Amino acid sequence: MSEETLNLKLRIWRQDGPSSKGGFAEYPANNIPTDASFLEMLDVVNEQLIEQGEVPVEFPHDCREGICGTCGVMINGRAHGQEKATATCQLHMRKFTDGDTIEIEPWRAAAFPVVKDLVVDRSALDRVIEVGGFISAPTGSAPDANEMLIPKDVAESSMDAAACIGCGACVAACPNSAGQLFTSAKIWHLNAMPQGQAERYKRTEEMVETMEQYFGSCTNHGECSEACPKEISLDFIAYMNRDYVKSKVKNRRLAGQ
Amino acid sequence: MATTTPSRNSTSPPMRPKPKQLPFPLSLYQTAVGKKWVMALTGLGLVGFVVFHMLGNLKVFIGWVPEEGAYDLDIYGEFLRELLVPLFPHGVLLWILRLGLITMFALHIHSAYSLTRLNSASNQPYAAKRDWIAANFASRSMRWTGVITLLYIVFHLADLTWGVGPAYSDWEYGRVHENLVGSLVRPAAAIIYIIAVVALSIHIFHGIWSMFQSLGWSNPNYDWMRRGLSMGIAALILVGNLTIILSIWTGAVGLEAGQ
Ligand code: FES
Repeated sequence: MSEETLNLKLRIWRQDGPSSKGGFAEYPANNIPTDASFLEMLDVVNEQLIEQGEVPVEFPHDCREGICGTCGVMINGRAHGQEKATATCQLHMRKFTDGDTIEIEPWRAAAFPVVKDLVVDRSALDRVIEVGGFISAPTGSAPDANEMLIPKDVAESSMDAAACIGCGACVAACPNSAGQLFTSAKIWHLNAMPQGQAERYKRTEEMVETMEQYFGSCTNHGECSEACPKEISLDFIAYMNRDYVKSKVKNRRLAGQ
Repeated sequence: MATTTPSRNSTSPPMRPKPKQLPFPLSLYQTAVGKKWVMALTGLGLVGFVVFHMLGNLKVFIGWVPEEGAYDLDIYGEFLRELLVPLFPHGVLLWILRLGLITMFALHIHSAYSLTRLNSASNQPYAAKRDWIAANFASRSMRWTGVITLLYIVFHLADLTWGVGPAYSDWEYGRVHENLVGSLVRPAAAIIYIIAVVALSIHIFHGIWSMFQSLGWSNPNYDWMRRGLSMGIAALILVGNLTIILSIWTGAVGLEAGQ
């Protein structure tokens, strides 16, 4: 344990419920060990609030090891804070300096209504997954290993897309609140693989059109990829656009129209 | 302290319904990804026009052609009207090309307009200041540089094509070189042209990079070229047009004494 501690000033967004009006509240965060994670720092602040008889700050968190995608807040105007490729739970307080003021705000997008304080409802992302983020496979005994050969580059491209943890930072960072990076990653990790081919164009069409029911449109700023804790590449958006236009042509042929 | 999370519907309703599907190419244009695709293709066509427009205008540097007894730019203007004569009557092919240009322009603006509306409906501003990482001036100002270009085109057509409004006093149909010089020696006009060229180049810089993404022209082997290419074409358009404007404004290119 390091001896070093920080004294910080926090400006945290407090909001009682989806329909109530929110605003920033200021809290001191004193004697925060530099080894603490950002969420642990919020835990310390909440302890103080509870002791003072106040309502603790509600913030999203679960695994705290950067894999579940539950955590995620705007820290000083950046999704997941200033560290690249780092989820909020993996952001450490040693990245801040003594005396800093930290502004913490929930994700903002019309499709992400605030539930309470820093927690938003991201179920719009689930709606996109539901319509195509799967493959249909016969059940029964497990297929033999290496029965289906997959080129290494393809497997890697698919794995890079599958790294998405669905935290919604891409939507939060986007000036248009577009869901392109999330949707394209979810599409590509299946579309790249042989197992995903049967539903490739149906999946692309359905997922893109459901995405557009909730989110804005991509203007290629590139903020999403910079904010992404898993560094999902903008290339997947290009692949998605390509497959989508193809799907519009192909699906009507498949249907025999 | 007990905190309560208010109960809510497990499924959030969509912000907008799925539109009823129209027949094929329209079904593509109904969607945002399809609109971006159209925007990219029309943008490509418009950039092509801008490049050839500039290359044509560089003929102003050739100036007076004594053998022909005319300015090279005027000869070029007449050449455009004579394209594929006698297959097409005088000026007809030029008008067909113009109609294509106008269609592309209309689609480009319509898709931009409807996507902007979609985006502002989907977005909720942050209360604290945003700290942009990747978004640059060009990408953030597309709407403004686009609108500036649109307004400028109206000015430009009035000034040099129709010879009305802001056009210089001795404007005459077909005297392309003299009309151009007459207009650009006026500082106010030259400044408008410079602002427009700068705005257009910024627009094209982000536009070309954006086009690759929207059309899905991406390949890890060639992606490194995309930024450079958009920078190069934007720089070409900026430098080429600025040279014309500044040469005329400063008097380096003017009217031939013998004329
Ligand atoms: S809490 Fe699971 S990713 Fe941060």
